[in-house]
Amino acid sequence: MALLGRPSRHPPALADGLTARCLPRYALPVTAAAVPVAVLGLFAVTGLQGVAGFVVVSALLFAAAQTALSYLVEGRRSAVDRLCTALLCLAFAAAALPLLLIVGYTVRQGLKVVDLQFLTHSMFRINPEKVGGGVYHAIVGTLVQALLAAAMATPVGVLVAIYLAEYGGRRRFARLVSFVVDVMAGVPSVVAGLFIFTAWILVLGFQKSGFAGAMALFVVMLPVVIRSADEMLRLVPDELREAAYALGIPRWRTILQVVLPAALGGIVTGVMLGVARIAGETAPLLLLVSLNQRIEFNPFAGQTDPRPQETLPTLIFEQFGVAAGNAESPPFQRAWGAALVLIVLIGLLNLVARFVARFARVRG
Amino acid sequence: MTTSDVVGSPTASQPAPPPPPGQRPAWVEPDDGSSGLAHGGGDQGDRVFRALTAAASVFVLLIMAALAAFLVYRAVPALAANTANFATEQRWSPDADQPRFGVAAALYFTLLTSMIAVVLAVPVAVGVALFITYLAPRRVSEGMGYLVELLAAVPSIVYGLWGFTVLAPNLAGLVSWLDRWFGWTIVLRYRPDNEPNSYSPLAAGIVLAIMILPIISSLSREVFRRVPREQVEAALGLGATRWEMIWMTVLPVGRAGVTSASLLGLGRALAETLAVTMVLSTAYNLTVHITESGGVTLASIIVLKYGEAGEVGTGALVAAGLCLFVITLAVNFVARMILARQKVG
Repeated sequence: MALLGRPSRHPPALADGLTARCLPRYALPVTAAAVPVAVLGLFAVTGLQGVAGFVVVSALLFAAAQTALSYLVEGRRSAVDRLCTALLCLAFAAAALPLLLIVGYTVRQGLKVVDLQFLTHSMFRINPEKVGGGVYHAIVGTLVQALLAAAMATPVGVLVAIYLAEYGGRRRFARLVSFVVDVMAGVPSVVAGLFIFTAWILVLGFQKSGFAGAMALFVVMLPVVIRSADEMLRLVPDELREAAYALGIPRWRTILQVVLPAALGGIVTGVMLGVARIAGETAPLLLLVSLNQRIEFNPFAGQTDPRPQETLPTLIFEQFGVAAGNAESPPFQRAWGAALVLIVLIGLLNLVARFVARFARVRG
Repeated sequence: MTTSDVVGSPTASQPAPPPPPGQRPAWVEPDDGSSGLAHGGGDQGDRVFRALTAAASVFVLLIMAALAAFLVYRAVPALAANTANFATEQRWSPDADQPRFGVAAALYFTLLTSMIAVVLAVPVAVGVALFITYLAPRRVSEGMGYLVELLAAVPSIVYGLWGFTVLAPNLAGLVSWLDRWFGWTIVLRYRPDNEPNSYSPLAAGIVLAIMILPIISSLSREVFRRVPREQVEAALGLGATRWEMIWMTVLPVGRAGVTSASLLGLGRALAETLAVTMVLSTAYNLTVHITESGGVTLASIIVLKYGEAGEVGTGALVAAGLCLFVITLAVNFVARMILARQKVG
């Protein structure tokens, strides 16, 4: 455990007393060097091949070899310890590798098409199967809808969080609200999309629009905002409230002018993380926003001319469909370009959120 | 249910319920006017503000009630028109003259891909959590945690693109290998003669595993962090190796937390839409051979079919969505119950 200082690299004398034998220092590097060579030989002799196979076999063989060495020299308990340590390291590698692969591949593919033209032009009058055009219209749509959803979710979410943290206490109604917020956090985003689709479009008869998409995003984002704001408000020390009451300030003004400002940084972080989450949402938007090649700033634009706003995720899915599985075709390249833009956008939101969190902790 | 319940300004449209009576924290003076001196003119404002926050809470309840109500309202007519058994029918042709549709295939593949994902992700995620909490040098452990959580920031559609172009085609070698050595398990047998192009439940499960890894590992880290430090120190002080310490003190304390984290991850996997839709090539026949291409899930069927759906078809998709909603609700509920019991105990 980090807090404890590390146990020494070689577990100190175990049951055998102070003279327990340890693997010499050079043992592990030598093993690490010998294993890939051995695996190369193995690959040459047998029919095995492939980079992935080589890495996996080497890693497992290294874990096994050092365990065996340790068992011979240091005994069973150390061997188990070394084996499990190696496996935990491998687990971390297995988790970090996909991230590097996915982000790396997206960047490599995306950079082939992303340039100033790509970022500042729409797909209007561009044949999607040919090279050209850009995703400006989709960036506009994603930003407008995400901000609209945030503009709806933030006030409602913060009010609910204030109720839960300040007024609710252990009252039955507060516990019910808290439970429903948990349920809401578990609603699949495609179901949120279906809900708006049935309620807004089928029953009430409105057209598909950016606003309909924003409403579905609102349903997805609301529980995120409520949970984070609730937690932040509870972190504000009671002494602040007591001091305010002692000065004769009514409760609502205490909340608005003392408690909320103290928790503001955390609440803003929660909102930013919520926006980052919904900016990448695809499923509800596929149901609620339809294809459009033009730049459209108005989220209320309906199905006929002008058409609803395009967004980055829906654009990626459409171009993926146009490409029909051909990874070298222009629409597929365009999809990767849009994916890169989307990842950078969400990454920036996350970074800003962390930045805000670091410099605006709950003050007491 | 009116428009305003769903979309209108949340605060204007709801009648404010009278604040329910109840005890309040000891440090709050009653605002019933008895201590008018302290509160000056604040009573009125306080009542209004409190009603406002309560109204927002009621609004949240109304949204969820409306969500359930609208889904049921649209699903029921379609289910009534269905001439096949909704639970056992595999095919999906709701807009035929004789509507026949059912969730057997979708439900089966939803559970199958999610289970594959959980089986693959949980050991790795727990390993990552242990590695970051107990093994990694303190200076880099925070950064490593952040790195893993970055996986959660990648949008699902990018996972779909990657799974389709990179992962699935490159699984061919693994699929052949599994078939050769583990074909006897039947589950891993690959029957077609052609070169495997694995747009299969296994590929979808692997993509889902990568997607749910960060949530499971970050929740597990929270749990491991709460293990009493005295126990850890005592184990090490008695001469336990690091692994013995983890095995004897950390894992027993963390078991309930890890279980509920896994269930929350399962809930995520069940609900995932785009990544699965793009990786899995659509097919409606049930098969136990997880390396063979084909399958459809509750979420992917909605995305695949909404464009061509007619009157009954839309209702059928809503019914599939309702089905998905109920399953995820149950899974999340069990997960939170385990967590709550853990906190009390």
